[in-house]
This record gives sequence, structure tokens and C-alpha cells, in this order.
Amino acid sequence: MLAAGIGLLTAAGVWLLLRPRTFDTVLGLTLLSYAANLFIFAMGRVAIARVPLIREGVPATLEHYTDPLPQALVLTAIVISFAMTAVLLIIALRVRAETGSDHVDGVEPPADGERG
Amino acid sequence: MDALHAQLPVLPIVLPLLAGALLTLADRRAPAVAQALGVAASALTLLLAAALVAATADGTILAYRLGNWPAPFGIALAADRLAAGMLVVTALVAIACQLAASDGLARRAPHFGALLQLQLAGLNGAFLTADLFNLFVFYEVLLIASYALLLHAAGPTAVRAGLHYVVVNLLGSTLFLFAVSLLYGALGTLNMADLIARAPAASVADRPLVEAATLLLFVVFGIKAAALPLGFWLPGTYSAAAPPVAALFAIMTKVGVYSAVRMSPLLSGEPTTGSALLLVAGLATLAFAAVAALAARDLRALACWLVVASAGTLLALVGSGGGAAIGAALFYLPHTTFASAALFLVAGLVADARGAASADRIEAGPAPRPVALLGVLYALAMMSLVGLPPLSGFIAKLLLLERVAGAPAGAAIWITVLAAGLATLVAGSRAASTIFWKAGETSTAAAAGAPGRPGAVPFAAARGTLAGTLLLIACGLAIVPLAAPLLGFAESAGAQVAGPRAYVEAVLAPAGAVP
Repeated sequence: MLAAGIGLLTAAGVWLLLRPRTFDTVLGLTLLSYAANLFIFAMGRVAIARVPLIREGVPATLEHYTDPLPQALVLTAIVISFAMTAVLLIIALRVRAETGSDHVDGVEPPADGERG
Repeated sequence: MDALHAQLPVLPIVLPLLAGALLTLADRRAPAVAQALGVAASALTLLLAAALVAATADGTILAYRLGNWPAPFGIALAADRLAAGMLVVTALVAIACQLAASDGLARRAPHFGALLQLQLAGLNGAFLTADLFNLFVFYEVLLIASYALLLHAAGPTAVRAGLHYVVVNLLGSTLFLFAVSLLYGALGTLNMADLIARAPAASVADRPLVEAATLLLFVVFGIKAAALPLGFWLPGTYSAAAPPVAALFAIMTKVGVYSAVRMSPLLSGEPTTGSALLLVAGLATLAFAAVAALAARDLRALACWLVVASAGTLLALVGSGGGAAIGAALFYLPHTTFASAALFLVAGLVADARGAASADRIEAGPAPRPVALLGVLYALAMMSLVGLPPLSGFIAKLLLLERVAGAPAGAAIWITVLAAGLATLVAGSRAASTIFWKAGETSTAAAAGAPGRPGAVPFAAARGTLAGTLLLIACGLAIVPLAAPLLGFAESAGAQVAGPRAYVEAVLAPAGAVP
């Protein structure tokens, strides 16, 4: 289920990323980062009701605790992609302001009738 | 002194970070002080890099455990010959970039000094780290600094190119996350030395995962190094950047190549898929870039395609594999970095000298005054980049051709490198004869009156850019008489990477072993 979800998010993200409007691109990258974060989390082998806090008397192996490292990686990745998304949005807004168009190339493609 | 020696691997990261923070405070309030501080910080970083080279020249690998957590649980930094060499090259290019920016860019873009220091911190971190996820973090640091450098006080062309650059790199970062987490899931570690040690012993079920993750990782490095199907972002971005920034970006593609070299022992575990793909991609990049260089319309585009061509050559050498090929690649790397950075700066000088009407377009127009000086600078940079004797390019190309002669794909490499060399030679000479000799009837005075690119500086005031260009060309020229010791260093660095046992031992040593 989780794998299907990650796959669906990735597919949707890539499709949106390839669209010609900046808003779609930003959304696509956001969905891709969701997929990547879920993937990192899944690499820690998902389990139910296991916490990464060491308790007395329980041997400190991965059979009794979840792996805390992927969770730390996910946090790092979330923070970094949050900052990058903010930067990307500012740049997209600036392209819109400078060129008046929200096309990713900065210029509207010629309408079909005008093509030479 | 011993304490300093122990801290040496982390200082090239910490110093630019501190300098960047201080400069953010001083940028607007005391610009002259900020400028001097920035140059001092870069010079100090160069000294640290030189100290690291001296410390690692005999083969020691300096490992530094952050927080004194034992590797592989904590993040480790490792300085070997390869890392130290890359640090020196980066510091020299950064100083040249700072000199070039002191003309006009530093005044128009007040935060340039701080951004440069932060970029330097990211670059040094990427070269020094021994942890794969830490590499991801430093990639992000250097990328975000580069976005800011590209877009700070830039015009609409740079902003449009910047959007493409940011989107492509964000995609690369997402792929990086997939690859790193897959490697972690399969092998259970993020430490580079540990990955190299554990990869051959992966269980049969995990082996396809490790291979897939390694190939995905190399796709990410290929995006950074502008390999063929992934590198179309480069010409648009680098030609839109201001000349000092473009010169600094010359080292950025080399980060992708460096990461590929560093993780190349992962490729030797599997048969030949990864290395063969790398070799093919590198040669295809080289061929495409050579053709594109012939079609370039202005000097900056020509310089961009030559950067792509050098990245393709380096990737092909890494894909060819073996300590000898990697040693040749490590000798070729500083030469291309200095030469292409110098070419970007010269293109900027030529564009400003010709005025806005012709800028640096390869067409008949006013001669860029002073013709003799600019012509000589261009000739030195271009001849070096193309590989004409007696400059560094010739020695580097001769070496790489010699080293791959016995390799399985040696014939293909020879044909591509020599044909690409011919193509780039034709492109470079055509550009030179058109710009410098076919001076048109347009009077220089009229052309100079038109407004140039934002921040165009007349040659008389471009002392900083001239100094930066001379520094880079001097570094390139210095490679010629110093070729023997440099080659010895590069080959031993390559041998160190190809036979990673010493690296693994140094990084994974028990914490008590290092004071």
C-alpha cells in the first residue's frame, strides 16, 4: 500500500513537473518531495507501535525499536525541500513579474495559427 | 599546532561559514571593510587548503569525526589527496572570482561577498565529507548559494535561466534522496567508507537494489556534471550569469565529477553496467558539446559548451576505470577549471569592450580594445582549453590518451577526444579571427555609447577582472613546469581512490585512535 502510494505520488509529481506552467512545476516538485520523504521513511522498515526511545532492560536492537536514522533523514529532507520550495516560488514570481508570463520558458508559445 | 592539525579537515568549512555570517552583517553598513574581509577569508581558506595538501601529500588520510561520534554512526569528514587538491583549486578560482567581482558586481550586488563565502563553505564541505547524506546536505548548501549568486542583481535573462536551473537541480535533489535512502535500506549505512566496504558483501536479494541505487546516484552526479541527456540546463544558465559568477560556476560541474570519482569503487562491485554507461555518457557528452561549440553564436556559449566537453571527458575517464585513468582525470581537472574560468572572464571583458551592439557575439563588429591584450588573454585561455602545446591542455590530453590506450574502450576514447579537440580548435579559432581580426566599420565610439549588459564595465576600469583573469591564466601556465609533481600527486590520489582500503581504515578507525 505504502509502495503504491509512493509510486502514485511520484507519477503525479513527474507529470506535473513536465507541464509548461510554473505553478504546475512547483506542485510537481512538492509531490515528488512527499514521495521521497515517504520513501526514506519506508526504508526504515515501517512497523506499528515501536518507538525509537531506549527502555530499560530491552536489548537495543532493531527488533525492539524502529530505526531512528531514517526519521532524522526525513526531517532534514523536509526542512531542506521547504526552503528550496520557497526559493523556487520567489523565482517563479519574479519571472512572472519580469516577463509577464507564467510559462516556464518565460515567453508564451506562438498560437497554432501563427506558426510559420 | 597539534590541535590545529587535528581540526584541519573541518576548518575549510567553518571558516567560510563564519566569514559569510560576518559579511552579511557588514555588507551594507561598511562595504569596503566587507570586501577586504571577504578577500582575507578566501586567502585564509587557500592557506588551509595548502596545509591540507601538505598534510596529505605523503598518503595520510586525515579523518575528523564531528562531535567525536564514532564512524559509521556519526558524520565523518575525510581529507585525502583528492579532497585536498579540489580544495586548492576551488580556493584559487574563488579568489579570482572575488577579484573579478570587485569591479562592478560587488557594488551592484551588495551581498555578493557573503554569498561567495557561503558557496565556498558548501563546496569545501562537499569535497571533505565522508558521509553520503552529508554530501546531499552540502550539495543543497552550494546549490542554494549558486541560485542566489546567479539571481542577485540580475536581469530577465538570468531570471528565466535561473528558473530552469533551480527546477532541474530540485529534481536532482529528489533523485539524490531516493538513491541515498535506497542505499541505506539495502546496506544499512550512510558513511561512504562503510558503503564501499559493505557493497561487495551485499546479500543476493539486495544486490539489484544496490545496483539500482548506485546507478540512480550516478544520474544525480551526471545532472550536476552536465552529462549528455541531463545537461541541457548548463548553457542557458552559465551564459546568463555575470562573468565572475560564471567563472566560479566552472568549479560546480567538477563537484559532480568529484562525487562520481569518490563513489566509483561502488561501481567496481557490479560487472560493467555502471562504468560502461558512464563511459558512453561521457563520450556522447564530449561529442555533442564539440558539435555545439562549433555552432555557438557567442563567446559565452562557446565557453559553456567547452565546460560541458571537459565534464564529458572527465566522466568518460571515470567510467573507463582503474587508477591510471582516474589519475589522468585528476590531472585534467584543475587545468580545465582554470582555463574555462579564465575564458568566461575574458568573454566578459570582450563583451564589455565591444559595447552592446555586438557584445561577445561571434560576428564582425568593433574590435575589442585593447586588441593585443585581450587577444593574448583569449589565445592563452582557448589554446589551453583546446589542448595546444605547450600549454597545460596539451600535457593533460597527452596524458589521458596515454593512460587509456590499453583500456577496452581505448580506441573509442581516442577517436572522440581527438575529433572533439579538432572541433573545439576550429570553433575557438573561428571565434578569435572573427572577433579580433574582422573589425567591422562600426565606429567604436558609437558602439560604446549604447548601454551594455547590466553592469558592463569599460576596460579602463576593469582592473579587478583583469587581475582575476591573469591569476587564472597564471595558474594554468604554472601547471606546465610543475607537471611532473602535479602528475605524481594526481596519480597517487587516483590510486588512493581506486584502492580504497586505506580510506576505509582511516574513516572507520575506532574513535580512540585519533587524538
